This record gives sequence, structure tokens and C-alpha cells, in this order.
Amino acid sequence: MEVKNLTCIGCPMGCPLEVTMENGEVLSVTGNTCPRGAAYARKEVTNPTRIVTSTVRVVGSTTGAVAVSCKTASDIPKGKIFACVKDIAGVSVEAPVHIGDVVKADVAGTGVDMIATKEVM
Amino acid sequence: MKNYDIVIVGGGPAGLAAANAAYDAGARSILILERDKELGGILNQCIHNGFGLHTFKEELTGPEYAHRFAEKVYKKQIEYKLSTMVMNISPEKVVTAMNREDGLFDIQAKAIVLAMGCRERSRGALNIPGYRPAGIYSAGTAQRLVNIEGFMPGREVVILGSGDIGLIMARRMTLEGAKVKVVAELMPYSGGLKRNIVQCLNDFDIPLKLSHTVVDIEGKERVTGVTIAEVDSHNKPISGTEEHYDCDTLLLSCGLIPENELSRDMGVELNRVTNGPTVNESLETSIPGVFAAGNVLHVHDLVDFVSEEAAAAGRSAAAYVAGGPADGARNDIPVAVEGGPRYTVPCTIDPAKVGDELVVRFRVGGVMKNRFVNVYLDGDRVIHRKRPVMAPGEMEEVKLKRAMFEAHPDLSSICIKVEEA
Amino acid sequence: MYDVIIIGAGVIGSAVARFLSRYQVNACVIEREEDVCCGTSKANSAIIHAGFDAAAGSLKARLNVQGSVMMPALAEDLDVPFRRNGSLVVCMNEEDRPKLQALYENGLKNGVEGLEIIDGQRLREMEPNINPDAVAALWAPTGGIVCPFHLTIALAENANTNGVEFKLNTEVKAISPRKEGGWAVQTDKGVFDAKCIVNAAGVYADIFHNMVSGEKIHITPRRGDYCLLDRSTGGFVSHTIFQLPGALGKGVLVSPTIHGNTIVGPTAFNIEDREGINTTAEGIADLTAKAGTTVPNLPIRQVITSFAGLRAHEDGDEFLVGEVADAPGFIDCAGIESPGLSSAPAIGLEVAELLRDKLNLQENPNYVGKRKGILDPKTLSKEERTALIKEQPAYGQIICRCESVSEGEILDAIHRPLGAKSLDGVKRRTRAGMGRCQSGFCSPRVMEILARELGVSQSDITKCGGASRLIVGTAKDRV
Repeated sequence: MEVKNLTCIGCPMGCPLEVTMENGEVLSVTGNTCPRGAAYARKEVTNPTRIVTSTVRVVGSTTGAVAVSCKTASDIPKGKIFACVKDIAGVSVEAPVHIGDVVKADVAGTGVDMIATKEVM
Repeated sequence: MKNYDIVIVGGGPAGLAAANAAYDAGARSILILERDKELGGILNQCIHNGFGLHTFKEELTGPEYAHRFAEKVYKKQIEYKLSTMVMNISPEKVVTAMNREDGLFDIQAKAIVLAMGCRERSRGALNIPGYRPAGIYSAGTAQRLVNIEGFMPGREVVILGSGDIGLIMARRMTLEGAKVKVVAELMPYSGGLKRNIVQCLNDFDIPLKLSHTVVDIEGKERVTGVTIAEVDSHNKPISGTEEHYDCDTLLLSCGLIPENELSRDMGVELNRVTNGPTVNESLETSIPGVFAAGNVLHVHDLVDFVSEEAAAAGRSAAAYVAGGPADGARNDIPVAVEGGPRYTVPCTIDPAKVGDELVVRFRVGGVMKNRFVNVYLDGDRVIHRKRPVMAPGEMEEVKLKRAMFEAHPDLSSICIKVEEA
Repeated sequence: MYDVIIIGAGVIGSAVARFLSRYQVNACVIEREEDVCCGTSKANSAIIHAGFDAAAGSLKARLNVQGSVMMPALAEDLDVPFRRNGSLVVCMNEEDRPKLQALYENGLKNGVEGLEIIDGQRLREMEPNINPDAVAALWAPTGGIVCPFHLTIALAENANTNGVEFKLNTEVKAISPRKEGGWAVQTDKGVFDAKCIVNAAGVYADIFHNMVSGEKIHITPRRGDYCLLDRSTGGFVSHTIFQLPGALGKGVLVSPTIHGNTIVGPTAFNIEDREGINTTAEGIADLTAKAGTTVPNLPIRQVITSFAGLRAHEDGDEFLVGEVADAPGFIDCAGIESPGLSSAPAIGLEVAELLRDKLNLQENPNYVGKRKGILDPKTLSKEERTALIKEQPAYGQIICRCESVSEGEILDAIHRPLGAKSLDGVKRRTRAGMGRCQSGFCSPRVMEILARELGVSQSDITKCGGASRLIVGTAKDRV
């Protein structure tokens, strides 16, 4: 049996959650005030994911922009955050860039694309 | 001199929402004056996600959120001027502005919406002792350098203040290859969202030291280290608790201050708690026809509420120009507070001017658990809402309905009380 | 071989250089820092003292009064903001009246004009925010306020325009007499020879003096902490408010600055480190407490920055200005603590004349004593300003919003003689970054302008030269 302690992020309460696990299975969640806390805890201990936001270089901007902001189009495994950043470190895109344009497909082998979040002319 | 019905000072989230709402309320002669070279304000450097959950029911990044509002401004062909600094506003609503193309120019407005946003508290204002080397940045300045300019302001970082920008920058710096050694927070609680503490600090094993502050900055040219110490209940450093951190950068995220120099100079009355204008239910300042919204009015946590508030200010400005309900004698009733709220926005309410619903926002002075937020009109409790936890870092709101006021025709007192459960 | 090498480009070195540039002279100022005005001259009370304080008959007294008299015309010539706001030494109780009287009489002996002892009522009429318990004050209408950055920079610029060379980023390591006569100045950039040396090295002046003289001197760096309050406090006091020296020491002053802020300070701590310009919590607490005794409701919470400067206090408690007896051609300007800024014009003039006589210098026929400062567009009418922007659009682009500084002013600061090369250089010349946000908004933009105009990478831009780089790399460069 294994016990993991988390802080719930659902609301300002920040309930201290205690998750009891065995063989990767969640046995119980305690400390939560509402069902959202339990759901969060289960997801967080079994498959924690994050949206990663960053920037990549942009060339040829008429407004002088040197970078364009970007994000993973959906959550990626938490453990892949640094691999994701590493994967876009050398990426450079040409202006114009539109919101939603893919700046790096299948970032770090996650199957998720890194997409632009800003219009750069 | 050019004339506009509504001049909006600032093209950030507040200014854009005010412009769109004023347009939707029928105003057509609208001008936005923005000091930066693009619309969107500080949102453009807030590249993290978490914006727009209330407004769009999806999670957007700052630039995406700004773009949604800016696009509406483009579609409606609302006029705007970029790289334009408003230098002065007269009480008669003559706006003096300046840019490269037009020089120094005056605009006569019928109504003005103040949407200048806020600035960060600086090292100087915090009176942190020590040397004054390079490498001390407010978190927002570092955010601009990293996210817009693509520069690294430092490699080894200590952050003072656990406001959301500080937490966000802890993660940003880490992901860009810097080592964030510690986040120190003067208060016994963080001013930031729980989610940011988990996802910006805990995810990267960055320690958060509550009730700690920076007591010395070392380094004559570039920062070489800082010393932090625990503070007592009066926020005074406790001797013997000093800890030294080698670092080349100190980031400060110690609070935001509404930028009301223009407002003050034009004679708008300011609230000592918020540092923003005192406003009535229409978000109108002490000068009739001058409205305020967003972080210039009071510092918000969520941009969604900035947009909502600014839209209300935009509608009020349009109504003022149209000569609607804003005219005539006023019956201002101050909003009294008891038991926790430090201020309210608005500060006064004229019941006759309240639309279907009026949002009153406030903050409490300390962390409070198991309370009720109660609203009394002439002693009658009209709102009774349980709040399991309230904290200074989270803005609170109550929604007053027109019907509540209609039920109290001779109203003389409005009070928001935070009471024990 | 130079006729004269001046060590130090603070207000004293720059004043000597400027007055010396009236003559045909091959002169050079050697400065360790990347800019002029980087030591004591940049961190002081910014006061032109009337001259009642220094002991009658002392060099300090004579040079102070003379400097104060010279200041209006000099400020006019050099386009430096200066104002005679007058100063008040406040007496808090009847027992101290004799001290106030003594100060008054000392001032009369020093030749200070217009001195008057005023009663509490008149004091309160002049300064409504003064402590109501104050019983009297010494009123010195010739006391003034100046921008110490502008004064020093203007003196240096004018000297440079008139032919004095400036070697910045150059540190003097040793000074030795040459067999052939004159002096050899060894620096980190090579050896430079000169017939005469002027030692205007501030807190380092004793080190250079002692290299050449058997009559040793000793300077103690005396640290003074200051707080600068937001311009919204402007007018809280309109005169410079001194405290009567008492049991608590010399006391602190509260004064408007020439730019409309309020300055509070200084403390006085004798320290060892000649670079020890760190503020301390005890220093700031001390200031706040002391300032409150004369100006009780001072809005100290409106502080926008605190800083510390070092006074070069010589053991003899007196200025050492003149040729060193056992080192002919080596001229000291040592121990220049308060009232050093006030005395700078007089010291500059006196030393320049000494050098003229010694080196038999002739008038410089091309000398231009007037200098135009960086144009402040706020002084222009709307029409003039619009015309200026039409001609030079950079004046229409505000970079520092707190102090309303345009790109045009920053470009001027960079491209004029001895122009700015760092963030602090721009700040001292234009006030960009000196306002309430303390460069939070404008520093990235000023860095961009500096890099563009100097033709360097933004990562080469420093706060104040040396290792004070602001950017250490590019995003993800070490990911």
C-alpha cells in the first residue's frame, strides 16, 4: 500500500488530500470536501497531465516580433513537460503566424501538437 | 480639436471589453488610446493558460483571450490609436495624448472610461535593504523579457512574493532552463491561486516559504545572493532565522498598484484601500461621465471579471452619452462593510440606477473559514451565502437584484457583513 | 604627456575639468566607472547649502559659501535645474535656542546672506506640515536644491566639449614621480604621464594621496541612507528642513528635490568598505524615526526607492584642497564630504586657477562656457512640442511613463558628448526609470534603444557597466 499527499486545486479551500493506492489502483481518497476533490486526486495520482505553454522563435515579422507564444493543443503527461520544452527549443517559425497554427507537430512524441496562441504578422 | 462620444484610456482587457460593450449599447463614436504597440495590454505577455473559463467556458492563454476581444473591436471598426500615451485629462474631459504621427493632440470626449491597469510594487517601495545591483526585476518585467523579447534575465532565481505572477514566473523560468531556488512569502498564506502553487511550484519541487522575507541583497554589480528570514506576527524579521541563497536574480511579485496618476491629476476621488477611484453602481467616478474598470479600479485576480466589470462601465458610458438613466438627481447610499471586507466596488449605490442585477465585489483582510456573506438592506437580510473559505487573494462578489431594492423603496442603508456560521 | 590628469569624474573632478577647460591645456579625466557621476556624486542630499554650518574660518566654510554664490550663474550657463528654495534649521525646544543662535552667528561669520531666526508661528506659516512643537528656526534663503546628476554630467560634458579628454572604465593602480619630472599614472589600460595630477577620487583619495606623500591622510567612508518619496508628496515641504544637531546626532533632512520628489536622509554610519553602498534595515528605520520628529506626518509610505551614498570623511574633518607639500604637482581634492556638492564650483575654480598659475596656461580662445542640456519637451508649448515631434517623431514616443520621458530625450542622452551607455546612464540623464515604477515598464525598452543605438546586442547592455549585465542569455539556451 502506498499513500500520496496532494493539495486540491479545485478552489481556494486547497483541501489536503490523502490518496491510498495499491498496485497503481486508487483504494481511497480522504480529506476532500467535495466530489471534485476526489476526482482530481484520482486523475492526479494515476495520470497527471498538464497543458504546457511556451514560446518559439519567429522570423520575418513585420512588427518586429521575435517570439510567438504557443501551447500544447491538449494536456500532455506531466512527466513529458521538460521533453516538450526541449523539443521546441530549436524551433523557429516564419511570420505570419496565426492562432492555432502548428509550430511543432507531435511534440516530444506525445501525439499532441504545439500550436501558436498569438497572431504574429 | 476632435470630438468623440467615448474615449477609452487603455486597450488592455478592460478597455477592449468597455469598447465592445459601449458599441453593443449603441455608441458609435468610440476611441481607444493604447500606449503599447498592440491591443491586449499585459495579457500579451501572460502566455500561460487559465484565462476565460468564466467568459468562454474554455481555457485560453492570455494572448488568445486578448485576441477574442480585439477581434471584435476590429470587426466593429471601433477606432483605436496604438503607441499613444495619454498625457493629461482635464475635468472637462479634454484628453491630451501624444504619439509619433499626431504629435501632442487634444480630444474632447463626452464620456471617458479609465482602463489604465496597474503596475507592480517595486523593490524601492518595499524598502528591501541591501545593494542595488542588476538582476532585481519585478516579475512582470521578467515576464516581458522572457515571453516577448526571448531573453533570460537570470539563471539562479529567488522570488519574493507568491502572487500569481510570481508563481507563474517560477514555472516559466524553470521551463526556460533557470533554477528557481525558493519562493518567499511575507504573509502566512499565499496570495496566489492553489492551482498555481501546485502546478508552478510543487510540480518542480520549488519550496514556498511562508512568513519569510528578503532581508539583504548582495552583489555590487549583479546580484550574487540574497538572504531571507522568517518574520514574526508583525512582519518583522526574526533574528537568527536568516538563510542565504546564492543566486543571480531576485524576482519580486509583491502586489499591484492601480495606475491612477491621470485620474488623480484630473481630480477623480480615490479610495485609500484600493488606490482606485471611488465609483457608484454605474462604475462612475466622482466626476460625472468618467467611468473606471479593471485593474485601475481595483486589482483583480481573474481577467474574466475584468472584462465583465469593464463591459458594465462601457454600457454606463454609452448610457451617459445617450442621456439616459445617468442623468438627474442621485440618491447615493454608501455600501457599509462589517466583519471582514476591506472595501467594496462600487462604494455607493443609487437604487434607482440599478439594472436587473448589480455585482458588488470586495476582498477580505485575512483568511477566514466557515463564514456567511450577508447583505442587509435597512437591516433586512437579502443575501445569505455560505463561504467555506475566504482569502485576501480571492476577490469575493455578491449579486444584488433590482427586486431587492424595489422591496425597500425608502432604503437608507446597505451593509455587507461577513459573519460566523 | 598630459599637462593634467584628473583622477575621478565625480562632481569635483568634473568641476575641475570644466574650469580648467577655459585654458589651453592637454588634460584628461580618468574614471574607473563606465560613466561620470557614479560615486558619492550620485548619492547625496542634492542640496546646495547656504554655508552657515561649516566652522567659521574653515576651508569648508569658505568654499561652500563661494560655491553657493557661484551656483545660479553656473546652473544657468550649463542648463542645469537649480532652485533656491531656502532652508530651515528647526529648533524643537527652548533649551536648544542657544545652539540655533550659535549657528546663526557662525553663518554670519561665514558671510551667508539673508540669515534670520524666525519664530514658531512664522515657521508654520512657511511650512504647515512642520511639527507644531517647533519653537523657532534658522531661515537661510540662499539654500538651494540641484540635480547632482545633471550638475556633474553638465560639468563633464562642457569640459569634454572644450577639449578635456575622458578615459572611462579606466582604473588608476599606482602613481609615481617620473625621473624627468611630472607623474606616471599606471592604470589597467596603460601608463599615462602628466605634469600635474588632481586627486578627486572621493573615498579613494587617501589611497592616491598616500602613494605620493609622506604626510599620510585617512578617509573613512561614512555611509548615508536615503529614502526618496513619490512625486505625489511634492509640496509636503517646500524648503529644505534640517534638524538642529542635538543629542541624537546631526539629524536628517527632509527636502523637496528639484524634480518634485521628497528626499529624506542621510544617516551616518562609519564603515570600512569603500564600496559599501548597501542600505540597511536599521538605517532606514533610523531615518524614518528621525524625520518624523521635525515633519511628523511625512508620507514615508510613499517611498519609491532607498539608496545609500558614502561621504569621504577625512580624519581632520576638513577639505584638503591644494598642492601636496611634499609632492609638487600633485593636487589634492580630498576629504570632500558635505558640503562638497555645494563647494564643487568653488573647488573647481580654485584648482583650475592653481593649475593655470603653475603651468602658466593661456586662455582657450575656443572656450564655450555655455552648454545646452537634454531638451525637456515638458517645458515646450503644445504647438512647439507638436512641431518638434513632426521633425523628430521620437519625441512623440513616451518610453518612461512615470516620468513622461520620450525616446527623443533618450536618443539625445546616448548621442551627446560622454553619452549614456547603460540603463543608469540613461536614467541619470533623462530620469527614465526614476519614477514610481522604478523602471519596471521602461527598462526593457531602454535596453532595446541602447542596443540599437550603440550597435551592440541587448545582452551587452548593463545597468551600470562592468558585470552589471541585465540579460544573461536567450530563452531555452540551456534547456
